[in-house]
Amino acid sequence: MIDAQSLKKIQERKVQWEQTTLKKTLEIMPERQPKFVSLSNRPVKVLYTPLDIAEMDYNEDLGFPGEYPFTRGIHATMHRGRLWTMRQFAGFGTAEDTNRRFHYLLSQGQMGLSVAFDLPTLMGYDSDHPLSRGEVGREGVAIDTLEDMEILFKGIPLDQISTSMTINGPAIVLLAMYLAVAEKQGVPPAQLRGTLQADILKEYIAQREWICPPEPAMRILTDIIVYCTRHMPRWNSISISGYHIREAGSTAVQELAFTLYDGLTYVDYGIQAGLEVDEFAPRLSFFFNAHNDFFEEIAKYRAARRIWARELKRRYNPKNPRSLMLRFHTQTAGCSATAQQPLNNIIRTTIQALAAVLGGTQSLHTNSYDETLALPTEEAVTIALRTQQIIAYESEVTNTVDPLGGSYYLERLTNEMEEATYDYFKKLDALGGMIPAIHQGFPQKEIQEAAYTYQKQIENKEKIIVGVNEFVAKEETPIKILKIDPEVEKKQLERLENVKKRRDPIKHEAALERLRAAAKGKENLVPPVLEAVKAYATVGEICDVFREVFGIYRDPGFF
Amino acid sequence: MAEEKQKKIRVLIAKPGLDGHDRGAKIIARALRDAGMEVIYTGLHQTPEQVVATALQEDVDAIGLSILSGAHNYLFPRVLELMKEKGLEDVMLFGGGIIPDEDIVKLKAMGVKEIFTPGTSTEEVIQFLRENIKK
Repeated sequence: MIDAQSLKKIQERKVQWEQTTLKKTLEIMPERQPKFVSLSNRPVKVLYTPLDIAEMDYNEDLGFPGEYPFTRGIHATMHRGRLWTMRQFAGFGTAEDTNRRFHYLLSQGQMGLSVAFDLPTLMGYDSDHPLSRGEVGREGVAIDTLEDMEILFKGIPLDQISTSMTINGPAIVLLAMYLAVAEKQGVPPAQLRGTLQADILKEYIAQREWICPPEPAMRILTDIIVYCTRHMPRWNSISISGYHIREAGSTAVQELAFTLYDGLTYVDYGIQAGLEVDEFAPRLSFFFNAHNDFFEEIAKYRAARRIWARELKRRYNPKNPRSLMLRFHTQTAGCSATAQQPLNNIIRTTIQALAAVLGGTQSLHTNSYDETLALPTEEAVTIALRTQQIIAYESEVTNTVDPLGGSYYLERLTNEMEEATYDYFKKLDALGGMIPAIHQGFPQKEIQEAAYTYQKQIENKEKIIVGVNEFVAKEETPIKILKIDPEVEKKQLERLENVKKRRDPIKHEAALERLRAAAKGKENLVPPVLEAVKAYATVGEICDVFREVFGIYRDPGFF
Repeated sequence: MAEEKQKKIRVLIAKPGLDGHDRGAKIIARALRDAGMEVIYTGLHQTPEQVVATALQEDVDAIGLSILSGAHNYLFPRVLELMKEKGLEDVMLFGGGIIPDEDIVKLKAMGVKEIFTPGTSTEEVIQFLRENIKK
């Protein structure tokens, strides 16, 4: 980035500095630690200079925002043009409870909805399944049939709001329910805006909410992508997620590498299904974590954009520049929050959210301070939302694009993360791709190793967590937490039973039969699932068809 | 050697219910193993019946349940009940996860020996097992 003559001068001055000023300082005052490393244990030097990025070519490696390789951002004006979408993930209890929370969040200035489903729904079981006991409405909202979904979105015009749904194994069922609710509101699929998580590969890698083995799960996913491409031009068919990989304990590089590799796998499947890259690549979206290491996180987002653009271009040479743009949602790191002195989580969240904003996120969820103890109270959620609003409206960091671009440290870090990601790509290629790698437990074991190392570092105080292994309070002040009404499970079971009684048994049976035939054959599964949900087939019944035809997946359980 | 082996503490680390958060369970399993204990890990999505059956079959000294989904008030009592039914009264039940203080008090009164919450060090759990399981 700098001419050879100037670099030489800087090199000379640097040597001089090391031998004089730095040396003298170290003699008088040694550094606090023998070595300094990032949160992910990458070595960090005392100082970065133009020498650390001497190989970089500004136009090629950074370029201009809104242009290839999008390192500095996907829009020319970034947050000057439009702020990120403030989207708080919410769901608990019954559909009525969550519907009330949605209306509250929208009244407080939230810009989009994000649905958290309960574990039975996420795993494709009904509320009355034996494994669902005690879990109904606990970690999210319980959805069994279309009736629940109708209540969930009551009074919310689906043509005016964008909705993100964190659902993977049964994604196709919830997508169909959303389409059915929209139809009742008179909103055609083409007008719907939102995102389906549907990223099934990371379920086997990290989040662990699966139904079928990876191969048939990829067929269901491909059907979703094809359907959305044809009928829902404003809908993100998938949210390729590193968030859960990081929460499972990965390093920043592992999060980046496994997520992008998953993404490339999905593109391959889309192409094999007969889509043109420009038809669907622009609707692929990403979802990253924002952890504690401020610079490492910003470098991660910038590297993500550059790698994605470069790989898409190299592999598929798309004509539409939008196919090369990595758009992403961010959530602050739940795993970084502490149960001790929980108010401190507000500060952690602020730093993490700021990294996401400076890294150019398109949408953001900020965790509430009480989430290590329970689902958040309304008060805690409000503070989390206000954190974003303060960054957006008071901090002035949105005034210019990629304000940290050009920092010697940040640019060097971005380059290093890119290199380390390519090292993982090579390993995954050598294993035969992501699905064989999952069967061999490769990404799972890499993450476990990193999680264990991190835990040991905390216990050895190599890493300090305020309030946990240092600055511990003698006595913790209890905070108010949200309690889920124990009646929720009973209410939900009653509603489910009622729906089953009221639905047309002939229509219901025929719809499931048609779905079974489609699953055994090759046709796209979205239309038969849509028919089944309209016949008030339950999430569990539909997923049972998948389990029956495609088989189930069991946790290999290594540790 | 044979005698030495008999003295090893045997622990079953279990993930009951639908909860997929297994980071903590796996860290604990590994730390206990590194501390010289014999550890069996059930993997995810176990019913209470499966957990207790495995405990019986593996002849463990303790069962550790990891629950971060909020289903603890159902799962702990259910496992305790099944342990009684199967005559596992001498097996210790402990656990960890996102569990509010007031629930911990109730669960301990029912017979859960200890519940560890986020931020606990693996060393604490190791010490706890060594102190409470006499071999």
